[in-house]
Amino acid sequence: MLIRKPTDIPYSEVTPKSLYLRRREFLQTAAGGAVAAAAALSPAGAGAQGRPKLPNVRKSDFSTTEPLNDYGDVTGYNNFYEFGTDKEDPKANAQRFTARPWSIKVEGLVKAPATYDIDTFIKPYALEERIYRLRCVEGWSMVIPWVGFSLADVIKRLEPQPSAKFVEFTTLLDLSRMPGQRLPVLQWPYVEGLRMDEAMNPLSMLVVGVYGEALPNQNGAPIRLVTPWKYGFKGIKSIVRIRFTDKQPRTAWEIASPREYGFYANVNPGVDHPRWSQATERRLGEFRRRKTEMFNGYGQQVASLYSGMDLRKNY
Amino acid sequence: MTIFDTLRRVIFAAALVPAAALVYGALTDNLTANPIDYITDTTGTTALSLLIITLTVTPLRRLTGRNELIRLRRMLGLFAFFYACLHMSTWLVLDWFFDFASMAADVVERPFITLGMTTFLLLLPLAVTSTAGMIRRLGRRWQQLHRLVYVAAITAIIHFWWVVKADFREPRLFALALSVLLGFRAWWVLRTRRFSRS
Repeated sequence: MLIRKPTDIPYSEVTPKSLYLRRREFLQTAAGGAVAAAAALSPAGAGAQGRPKLPNVRKSDFSTTEPLNDYGDVTGYNNFYEFGTDKEDPKANAQRFTARPWSIKVEGLVKAPATYDIDTFIKPYALEERIYRLRCVEGWSMVIPWVGFSLADVIKRLEPQPSAKFVEFTTLLDLSRMPGQRLPVLQWPYVEGLRMDEAMNPLSMLVVGVYGEALPNQNGAPIRLVTPWKYGFKGIKSIVRIRFTDKQPRTAWEIASPREYGFYANVNPGVDHPRWSQATERRLGEFRRRKTEMFNGYGQQVASLYSGMDLRKNY
Repeated sequence: MTIFDTLRRVIFAAALVPAAALVYGALTDNLTANPIDYITDTTGTTALSLLIITLTVTPLRRLTGRNELIRLRRMLGLFAFFYACLHMSTWLVLDWFFDFASMAADVVERPFITLGMTTFLLLLPLAVTSTAGMIRRLGRRWQQLHRLVYVAAITAIIHFWWVVKADFREPRLFALALSVLLGFRAWWVLRTRRFSRS
């Protein structure tokens, strides 16, 4: 008689350390209240494919009610040149990337320059879900449920000096972990920046998750910027440095092509990219183009930041 | 069937693969989150690749002395035109859905669209006059007319170059290939002229 040995558990079935550690946090949080515990035990506590949900995410008034783009689109169609220049490269090439351990350096004109572990950095802030429109400079758009917190709260806690006029963000530079950086398509590391009043605008957000779950690597894990009234390339990913400065930062796309990509990069149907029109966009999942809205429809919150400025010159 | 006929059939089938892959991708919902852009890119790159391959036939023929290769040239050229038509119709139907006002503005205002349109209009008479009857009727002028393909290849590459944001590896490769092919022709012309003079 043939005696079959039970097959070994494949590695894919073994819970990764980072997940069970997070599950522990999750249970600790859940223990805080019977309601939360009930929520944790319900099937809604896990993502569609068993991915853990981020705990205690509250809803935000800034959210749009427009239909969301699929999880697959949001996490499978990305511009993240650090992992390749095709839209499907980031998902394919970022799978082995590790976003822990991770540290963020805060420097420049700030009360206490310091290096933080990512989890310590995030800890003080309550997570909220904000459903924002994202308009890419290439002429397509999505609706995405980000999870994160206000950049303004972070800045207030870090206490920049009064002389700080801009915030500069820098992406990780690591050719072995980000293979796209071996190609000279942009000047690495990627740098982005905001004027201080833009950064303090309530819409500006540091994002650590999407669809209620931890941010996938291809979307900029572990932490990225989202400024929904600006073109998507302002949303710098995998941030390792935040620097307060009195000079306007030179951003990655501005360095690559200053005539085409400016520091402000506000969504503006009236100011075309030198090579293509910005008047319309295609919302992914829709067939017909739709009209692009000024400031991507967030004019009420941000238009005052730019009053008196010539947006043709300051594109 | 000769080996050459087999080769012809293999090339014919291979040239249909990109179109078949698009149809299959469309049926299985597998053309990225932005199928229209994906189809535009794929048909455009395929058209340009085939145009470049078409331009390798004559140098190959001269270098190998195998004159039957010329019979591949029309087929390859027409496949290039076929993909150029798919590329154009993607823009016309899928991208703009016959919004002629916007398209007209695009052609006038966007240099890369202007060049794309120019390329298509240059290829059109070449496809129309590709039949045996037309070759006979046009005689010497046929060859003169078909030299437009060099202009079309140049405009096609600039068209591609101008649509790329930062990663110029592909258009650069096409430009390099075309330079080699045009360089070969220039060298050939100079050589034969020198011989005919002496």
